[in-house]
Amino acid sequence: MTSKNSHFVAPIDETPLLATDTLKTEQAPLSLWSDAWRKLRRRPLFIISSLLILALMIIALFPGLLSTVPPNDDCQLGNSEAGPAPGHPFGFTFQGCDIYSRVVHGTQASLSVGLLSVICVVIIGVTIGAIAGYYGGWVDSVLARLGDIFFALPLVLGALVITQLPFFRDNKSVWTVVVIIALLTWPQMARIARGAVIEVRNADFVTAARALGVSRVGALLRHVLPNALAPIIVMATLNLGIFIVLEATLSFLGIGLPQSIMSWGNDIAGAQSSIRTKPEIMLYPAAALSITVLSFIMLGDAVRDALDPKSRQR
Amino acid sequence: MRENNMTIPDVHVEEAGNSGVKPLLEIRDLAITFKTSTGEVQAVRNAHLTIMPGETVAIVGESGSGKSTTALAAIGLLPNNGAVTGGQILLDGEDIAHASEKRMIELRGNTIGMVPQDPMSNLNPVWKIGYQVKETLRANGRPSGPDDIAKVLEQAGLPDAHRRANQYPHEFSGGMRQRALIAIGLSCQPRLLIADEPTSALDVTVQRQILDHLDTMTTDLGTAVLLITHDLGLAAERADKVVVMYQGQVVESGPSLELLRNPRHPYTKRLVESAPSLASRRIQVAKELGVEAADLLAPTEEPAADHVLKIQDLRKVYKLRQGLGKATDFAAVDGVSFDVTRGTTTAIVGESGSGKSTVAKMVLQLEKPTEGKILFDGVDTAALKPAELFKFRRRVQPIFQDPYGSLDPMYNIFRTIEEPLRVHKIGNKASRVKKVRELLDQVSLPQSSMQRFPNELSGGQRQRVAIARALALDPEVIICDEAVSALDVLVQAQVLNLLADLQANLGLTYLFITHDLAVVRQIADHVCVMEKGKLVETGSTDDVFESPQQDYTKALLNAIPGAKLMLPPEVA
Repeated sequence: MTSKNSHFVAPIDETPLLATDTLKTEQAPLSLWSDAWRKLRRRPLFIISSLLILALMIIALFPGLLSTVPPNDDCQLGNSEAGPAPGHPFGFTFQGCDIYSRVVHGTQASLSVGLLSVICVVIIGVTIGAIAGYYGGWVDSVLARLGDIFFALPLVLGALVITQLPFFRDNKSVWTVVVIIALLTWPQMARIARGAVIEVRNADFVTAARALGVSRVGALLRHVLPNALAPIIVMATLNLGIFIVLEATLSFLGIGLPQSIMSWGNDIAGAQSSIRTKPEIMLYPAAALSITVLSFIMLGDAVRDALDPKSRQR
Repeated sequence: MRENNMTIPDVHVEEAGNSGVKPLLEIRDLAITFKTSTGEVQAVRNAHLTIMPGETVAIVGESGSGKSTTALAAIGLLPNNGAVTGGQILLDGEDIAHASEKRMIELRGNTIGMVPQDPMSNLNPVWKIGYQVKETLRANGRPSGPDDIAKVLEQAGLPDAHRRANQYPHEFSGGMRQRALIAIGLSCQPRLLIADEPTSALDVTVQRQILDHLDTMTTDLGTAVLLITHDLGLAAERADKVVVMYQGQVVESGPSLELLRNPRHPYTKRLVESAPSLASRRIQVAKELGVEAADLLAPTEEPAADHVLKIQDLRKVYKLRQGLGKATDFAAVDGVSFDVTRGTTTAIVGESGSGKSTVAKMVLQLEKPTEGKILFDGVDTAALKPAELFKFRRRVQPIFQDPYGSLDPMYNIFRTIEEPLRVHKIGNKASRVKKVRELLDQVSLPQSSMQRFPNELSGGQRQRVAIARALALDPEVIICDEAVSALDVLVQAQVLNLLADLQANLGLTYLFITHDLAVVRQIADHVCVMEKGKLVETGSTDDVFESPQQDYTKALLNAIPGAKLMLPPEVA
């Protein structure tokens, strides 16, 4: 071995010659999604956040399961700011309503605003972003500038202006809040979608599909979009938490949900007057809000890690 | 030879070599283990090699054979999850397998230099070239004034070095970047240079220049070189000794010519047989098939040759935007004409930027020619209506270069191969399943792979899937755009054989776009050589290889590594 000219040959049975390029068959076939799911279900972050979200969903759909006290009918001013009593574990608000019941019943409004806004933002943002990214050229320029205009509007200021429009002033509901949030936040989603689509649109498999005779739109829908979906899903999950906070912010400022709809934002706003004397009145809806937002953001993080293409074997 | 570095302790020879010269680097029974999420993986076992001072040793192997890992261990740059778990790496007799990071920093640059693989990503894009050279010089305590930097760059063959030092990497071509990396690697005059596939990303003519220059420089400095490559021809041409690695083990090592002429391990034998740069003949599948063979082998001599594709004065001009409103014309393809005979393979050869892929895209109707005509079966393809174009797509199919990019990662193999059938509404569900099974058989993939996804397949397997997809519509012409360039040598040979088989059985016509003349020799009947958008030479493969008429063609042929090393037995 040390001699300069020796010709060394390893014993052949030490490295038996395998057939060239054999297919590994020991593992079950895995798609991107089933691979992500396998990674996700072992992550404590994902397990905790999805259990919390599941619980929140159940509370939102069936508030009666946790609270038998009707939230508004029973308000007696005599109970104003009273402490916990039997059947009323969190005490009473300034108006003498049961805090526990209001927090439980507020879940529905907060979650539905969050979910509906995300759905609207995904539909608007992904459509515009995908068209801009896929077609490029002047279409992209026009759509990108349009997005920039909306992006430049300060969120709260924009919301203040929109709620002053007569239609919105007269029809305050969950839907008006959803429209306001979607209108002011879609550009962010459009940017993410545009970037993801641009990354995929020049891939060889798209060219291959076009050469097979797949139409341009067909290639966008069947090949480009499914491959651009991962960052969009991550963004949507993170946005859900952000939108719930946004609804609370708007309601707190009095430009969100009307007083007649129970929401955590409204309750936090209502507790302002007693923040010095009875801070716990504000604490309960605020804690509910924080837990919800945290669960969605944790879920978003976990999903992002699971869909990270770098962690996927090639 | 430079004088011994102060930091290197006196050498005690443990095993005297025959000639009495002490080896510079000796790797003994090296084992390297990686910790992964699925457990420990042994990447290298029982590796051993010896490099004498001033000697060039090449490690040859396919991807995943452990050749780069071995070299990285020698310079102490294994990834964090990898560790040397056995054996020794002796540098001048000192075991550096478990040396401290401090000691390794002393050795790197000064004693062991490195030229990394990819010139595009190994220079930091935000720093000027000069600064990156200066960084190396300073880290090793050498003078690093502007003149020293210029000298280092000049030695690596970069003219006008003072000005070049003030440029950023994006202003350099691939070859110039590799020269800059070589300059950095050799700037501190190390005694051992590790070159990890230093030219695999470059055009062959540039590759030749750079390797020649590297040879001259290391000979002048007396530097020993550890060359890592997948190309046996290149290794044999450049190195004194060749070490063949397979599955993390050294299977054979010895003087390069001896090893090439007399391979003893079955893996080396297989490598020598399939190395394209050493082959010299068209893969002769057709010959054995008798009747058809006559016109396949001598298509040019047929009086009424059936030209399935006729390309006439094809021109493609791109507008290059330079600031607002200004645009200059750039002719990517300029006046190209050639014919493709049915049932044969025509190769378009050229280096990057020669316009060969643009020709392929225009033939596939993915780009519109600026001028000129493409006649398919006598019909001008520019005049095709959408419905006719849809039919045209059934008859002309592509296979692309990158086996990682050409399959949709979201589609399993069945859906991928079925897609063309579905798009063209051929058959029902059951008949499509049957057809996909047949296609998988044709490309020798097991039918059990239908439910798998592209990321579970190797590069060669993906390329087979791409071939099956291209065959699904029973096309007449297949356009292979660098279809085998990204594959390991053995896999490449396998895929080329598959393509040749399919051609013989199905009478396919190939238009084969490639930069690799060695591959052309194996597969093509006709060659068109392109340079900067123009066709410089056309002819039958044998004519072009045996008596090239143009200087450019000659330069390309001369640049095939290892071409002159060994006359193949059939010819000799």
